[in-house]
Amino acid sequence: MATRTASRDRGTREQTEQMQFPFAPAGGENHGAILPEPAMPRKTGQSVKKHIKNGTATTKKKAARTLRKKAAASREKIAAPTTRKKRRGRGYETAESMSKAQREISVSEFFAKNRHLLGFDNKRKALLTTVKEAVDNSLDACEEAGILPDIHVKITQSDADRFCVTIRDNGPGIVKKQIPLIFGKLLYGSKFHRLKMSRGQQGIGISAAGMYGLLTTGKSIRVTSRVGKRSDAHYYEVQINTKTNAPQVVKDKTVQVDWDHGTEVAIELVASYQKGRSSVDEYLELTAIANPHARFEYVDPAGNVSEHPRATDTAPEPTSAIKPHPYGIELGVLIKMLKETRGQTMAQFLSGEFSRVSPGVARKICEAAGITTRARPTRIGTHEAETLYKAMQETRIRPPMTNCLSPIGPDQILAGLLNGVKAEFFTASTRSPAVYRGNPFQIEVGLAYGGELGPDPSKEPEEANNNESLVRRGKVVKTRRAPSQAKLMRFANRVPLLHQLSGCCIYKSVLEIEWRRYGLLQPGGNLPQGPLAILVHMASVWVPFTSEGKEAVADYDEIRKEIRLAVQDCARKLQAYLNRRKKQKYQADRRSTFERYIGELVGACAGIKRINQRELTANLMAVAKHVTARADEELSLDGKARDDNGKARRRSGRPKQSEPDRPRPGTSSAKSASGIAAAAALGPHAGAEYGENTVVVDRDQAAAGPLFNGDAAP
Amino acid sequence: MAKKTARKKTTKAGTTSKTTAATRKTPRRSTRKKQPANEKIVALVDSVVADAAKKRDPSIVIPMRTLSNAHYNKARRIIEMGDRTATRNFFDLNKAKTFMQTVLIAGGCKKLIEEGKTVSIRGLYYLSKHTIPGTNEKTFNDQNESDPVIEDLEVALDALREELHVFADSRGSIAGNLTVTSRGDEIDLRRMGAGGMGIPSIVEPDVFTFKKCNAKFVLHVEKGTVWARFNEDKFWQKHNCILTHGSGQPPRGVRRLLHRMHDELGLPIYCLLDNDPWGYYIYSVIKQGSINLAFESKRMAVPDARFIGVRSKDYEEYGLSDDVKIAIDDKDIKRAKQILNYPWFKGKKDWEKEIAAMLKHGFKMEVESLLTKSISFVTETYVPQRLRHRGKWLD
Repeated sequence: MATRTASRDRGTREQTEQMQFPFAPAGGENHGAILPEPAMPRKTGQSVKKHIKNGTATTKKKAARTLRKKAAASREKIAAPTTRKKRRGRGYETAESMSKAQREISVSEFFAKNRHLLGFDNKRKALLTTVKEAVDNSLDACEEAGILPDIHVKITQSDADRFCVTIRDNGPGIVKKQIPLIFGKLLYGSKFHRLKMSRGQQGIGISAAGMYGLLTTGKSIRVTSRVGKRSDAHYYEVQINTKTNAPQVVKDKTVQVDWDHGTEVAIELVASYQKGRSSVDEYLELTAIANPHARFEYVDPAGNVSEHPRATDTAPEPTSAIKPHPYGIELGVLIKMLKETRGQTMAQFLSGEFSRVSPGVARKICEAAGITTRARPTRIGTHEAETLYKAMQETRIRPPMTNCLSPIGPDQILAGLLNGVKAEFFTASTRSPAVYRGNPFQIEVGLAYGGELGPDPSKEPEEANNNESLVRRGKVVKTRRAPSQAKLMRFANRVPLLHQLSGCCIYKSVLEIEWRRYGLLQPGGNLPQGPLAILVHMASVWVPFTSEGKEAVADYDEIRKEIRLAVQDCARKLQAYLNRRKKQKYQADRRSTFERYIGELVGACAGIKRINQRELTANLMAVAKHVTARADEELSLDGKARDDNGKARRRSGRPKQSEPDRPRPGTSSAKSASGIAAAAALGPHAGAEYGENTVVVDRDQAAAGPLFNGDAAP
Repeated sequence: MAKKTARKKTTKAGTTSKTTAATRKTPRRSTRKKQPANEKIVALVDSVVADAAKKRDPSIVIPMRTLSNAHYNKARRIIEMGDRTATRNFFDLNKAKTFMQTVLIAGGCKKLIEEGKTVSIRGLYYLSKHTIPGTNEKTFNDQNESDPVIEDLEVALDALREELHVFADSRGSIAGNLTVTSRGDEIDLRRMGAGGMGIPSIVEPDVFTFKKCNAKFVLHVEKGTVWARFNEDKFWQKHNCILTHGSGQPPRGVRRLLHRMHDELGLPIYCLLDNDPWGYYIYSVIKQGSINLAFESKRMAVPDARFIGVRSKDYEEYGLSDDVKIAIDDKDIKRAKQILNYPWFKGKKDWEKEIAAMLKHGFKMEVESLLTKSISFVTETYVPQRLRHRGKWLD
């Protein structure tokens, strides 16, 4: 049915392509169940009824109708509720008849049916997931090849709900023969069988996106890849055969492209585009924040080009794969490993296959399990394996190596936030690695406060606290800006998480914190209120997602604790800043009060006696300056560091590369439209007095008033 | 007996009255006026300029006008201001504006002095009120801000309001057997009709003099309504006296006039006030001076004044009806206890008894309550009776 609609849309020219659609012959085996959009085709519906009628009448002649039965088998579920009544106990299957319908399910068939597991629940999400999978792959490839990523995303709209997504990177490219497999086969990839920190994990994403495109539009996934200057670019059109989970190459040719290396993927799919929360725009913004070393260019369906410039030239440290830690495996995995190991003895097996197991530790484990160190691993039985497993859990083993992790790093987080969030105060914190279930992980947190994130409760208490709308005669006359709730940005291995906020461990951990302690409002146990953005990044060799769609981090006590500590660390620095600013505001208020009255006072004095007005003003201003010296000190924070500031900076022991005058190549080339560039050009000055890794950008220097602009320094 | 003393005093005062205004008072005033007010204002500005030049916080020293800085002088029987002062600094967030206002008011006064004109305190408020350039803020938001500043300036400069050419609204009236000159016009207070003469705010000898006085005493009543009753019955004619009222708490002009009539004309002052804490305090202010204007007590207080009514026991004595009762509330009780604690009430047994009686009654009475007997009861019976019985007066 779907193909029929599609062919009507597309006209006759594409009839040939329709023929290539492997799992949608005219008779429609099982794709009717896959497609939720069109209603049950009338013709097939009739055939079902017919079949049932036949079934009731001639139970024993079923063998003759095997073919038809087979076709209907997959629809049994849908048909069942309506048929149960009619059968009246006479239409039950037998073991033999059932065995006819029993067959292997291909992984692609499974995911084609259960595509919500992969993030293709609705049209809007489908578009995002497609972009996301492609961009994640590109970033992974670039990182592994040590290339600073340069990614172009283009979305064009061809019909009301039809979009073509094109993603091009400057990665290492893909070898010709691997292209069909990578893009045309589910669960095919390099990342599943290793314990290494990367964005992708299973090898489902991009091929699932291709499959979705194929299912909804019938168009193949188009891949162009070039591995280097010397070789040509290959162009492939690949389809996935859901029945066999195997790729089908539709077109294969050599093409000329104007880029040296990289991969371009184009997928056409039925989707819908909408800005706002959980949109492609938001995804790219967040990705740019967590990947300040990458540059993004984005063309949205309306044709608007936006750019997220590169904020740093430092590529993340390449990570290495690690072996599993004894604490992190399960019994079944252990048994499997015992069978497959190349180690000749238990000692070799334990120290060779696991991380942090030295020969000494291996001996201890064996002793505890009552197995000799020279036993052959392949001979270990299930029962013995269980004792071995227990022994492994009980023996003290050092936590896993952490060089497999590549955290973003506080400096890079700051660079990313400075680039992507228009705020005044930035701080970041990276915890040292920790372990959950034998998997090393690391939590990083960044906070941004003030600026354009929303009304500031400390600056305009009335504006920020009153969320009233004045209603007169049923009409809203006046609305006040709502108190903005903090924005939580969740990342796992540098990938933004955009869905299932409330089910996420990160969200729960942030709620757990008593934000009031840090000078922020937190009504009703929600996220804190105020112009605040919270970035939480979890880096791990294996991020425990709650689903294949990678939408939320599962709840582990160890993870929660680390997140809490990291956020609290940042919140303390924020609190220092807020306190300082409160004082500063008080002093600035004082000074502006004095300034206001100095003019009046001088005028009144002059009315009484002939005096040198200018001199008196200057003298009084000087006294005012002295009295409110503290406010002045704050004002001089804008880069023109004073002696006392310098001291403060040295005391805090900030790493050298994070000095404020550190090169910021991204911002210099950035468009002024981004706003942040202009602010950065002013020079983000060190907020060292608030703690490590803190940057304060003076966005409204005018806010302090024209006070002492023409200041009379005597 | 009352008449006797009154006459005695009158004769004494009568001899002095003609000379006093010109001779005795003037030298005392001139000692106060060592330095003219406008020079003091200039000195104030000089100190501000000097402080600023030395990069110091400019300040004005203002004697405190609070209960804690008001002492009762037992010998002179008046309230006097102590020597505690408050320093008003410019570079103090809470005082910066008041400081500025003080200088503004001083500037306004200087202008008035130089031009030889006087304005009311409300007028001075308007003179000094303007928007601070570049803001929406006004130098004064309302008169409640400027009035205390004027009083501050008076004490800070040790200059009287009239020296600063400022006066308050005139409240209170006078009628009786007295002829006065006010700004050169001779006024016979016997021919004032129903309204009497409004007592001006400034009744200093240079603008207000007593020409001729045949009265034997002064009867001060609380408010205009009662005063009108006495005036209509020609009480002052029958008893050869002077009738005044001060519209409740008498303003400075009325108090100063009472003081001068007592001091210069030797007339005894009798007060007919309500029987409630506010009435008691009006009497206290007339007699000893007020806390706020303690610095003016010696020019305004009449320690010899007497309280002739209304007394608590009048209710029983004259058999007044229940309708005159006004129940006292917590505020009245609080105020009564406060008054009992003032040093100048302490130790006066009669007053302690009087206030205790009022509290015991649980109601207060206004002078008008005597009208329930008959319309002219208060003028024809009550006051004459009281004037005959010295023993019933309260000191």
